[in-house]
Amino acid sequence: MSRIRVLVGTRKGAFVLGSDGKRERWDVSGPHFGGWEVYHMKGSPADPDRLYASQTSAWFGQIIQRSSDGGKTWEIPGGEKLPNPNDPPGGISNKFVYDTSPGTGKPLTTHQWYDGTQHPWEFKRVWHLEPSLADPDTAYAGVEDASLFRTTDGGRSWHELPGLRGAQGERWAPGAGGLCLHTILLDPGDPRRIYIAISAAGAFRSEDAGQTWRPINRGLKSQYIPDPEAEVGHCVHRIAMHPSRPGVLFMQKHWDVMRSDDAGDSWREVSGDLPSDFGFPIEVHAHEPQTVYVVPIKSDSEHFPPEGKLRVYRSRSGGNEWEPLTKGLPQRDCYVNVLRDAMAVDALDPCGVYFGTTGGQVYASPGGGDSWAPIVRDLPAVLSVEVQTLP
Amino acid sequence: MIRVVLPHHLRTLARVGGEVEIEIGGPATRGALLDAIEDRYPMLRGTIRDHVTRKRRPFVRFFACGEDLSDTPADAPLPGPVAGGAEPFLIVGALAGG
Repeated sequence: MSRIRVLVGTRKGAFVLGSDGKRERWDVSGPHFGGWEVYHMKGSPADPDRLYASQTSAWFGQIIQRSSDGGKTWEIPGGEKLPNPNDPPGGISNKFVYDTSPGTGKPLTTHQWYDGTQHPWEFKRVWHLEPSLADPDTAYAGVEDASLFRTTDGGRSWHELPGLRGAQGERWAPGAGGLCLHTILLDPGDPRRIYIAISAAGAFRSEDAGQTWRPINRGLKSQYIPDPEAEVGHCVHRIAMHPSRPGVLFMQKHWDVMRSDDAGDSWREVSGDLPSDFGFPIEVHAHEPQTVYVVPIKSDSEHFPPEGKLRVYRSRSGGNEWEPLTKGLPQRDCYVNVLRDAMAVDALDPCGVYFGTTGGQVYASPGGGDSWAPIVRDLPAVLSVEVQTLP
Repeated sequence: MIRVVLPHHLRTLARVGGEVEIEIGGPATRGALLDAIEDRYPMLRGTIRDHVTRKRRPFVRFFACGEDLSDTPADAPLPGPVAGGAEPFLIVGALAGG
């Protein structure tokens, strides 16, 4: 029988939740890296026991952790004292240095700051880790200040793909959460195509494995910026796609739920009858490419569910028509948030849906959202949730 | 031999408990001490000082012999009792946050 592993990053450590395919009884291990913020953990599709984790601290900066046994034990890649003096130097797995050399990218050193002035690019943390679909030693890191880095040696060293910041990077400005690259989607049908999203710059696409990029924000409208239809400057919160249709994208923007059927060349709004189209995560059902999930939040000023009712909304028609999923979720006095990386699906049939809240609950629905139950209730604020379906 | 007290989270990363003892080949300066710590514990690179600028991270402080040495020059000699092993060099996470 298949097993499920849920990787949960929180404000105060990481947790690994495990169950068999029934998804009724769960083991909880952790906290790993107790006291540290774990923005994201994700497993390699090519080797599910190879996990990467982003461990960060305002005091001590960025740490990259790696597991080779599904999260039972962890190591800092390259952090070990190397026995051979000719080996590459250790301790650089947390070294994220922007490439400003003219030969490889753009000699770009500033982006737009809150007051409209230009501000130096400064690395702060890794928001999202996306392992390669084919190689366990290759992974991408989306970072703040926004850029994309790649490792090809299992996380020991990271190198920027500087062409991204060449896509009008001088015009990017941070959102309230910082200038963060939070979404990385790898096209399973075309290894050269990558989508990324940045708050508050927008969505971008590469067709050459990350060397060059272009904004894909046509159709987005953001009333709070001087040109509501600008090519960059949109606060995209999350993008999702189904692997069988990598040209169809669903987006939760600051406000508005959007859809593209042409790989991001154009977008149209599919918020339809949602009670609020503000929110953070968006996810697609594992077996139904037209079934999409969002968690509406009251507004950009009040980051909690409308009416104090925690409701996941599901569309079975690729947007516009949405149904509330409430069974098992608190329907009164609930004022948690669900952050952008805190929702995921498994690959079982029926598809399981999972999300974590800033109140420390991780909810699971083994039946595609029809009913929910908490796996755990009292973790630190949940920053991210990823799910692995294991043989 | 210089005695160094690391903050809790860096002890965890380095997998050490209590004080660590660090040998410095040349003059006992703060910069040389941090170089030696990072050489012995490579996983601590970037956690005390920035990888590139080599500046102290903003919420990390250095104390010894009742003095705040956080902003002294990196090439300034360490206090005698620290260089001689009588007093520890304290690396401290600033008291902030929740």
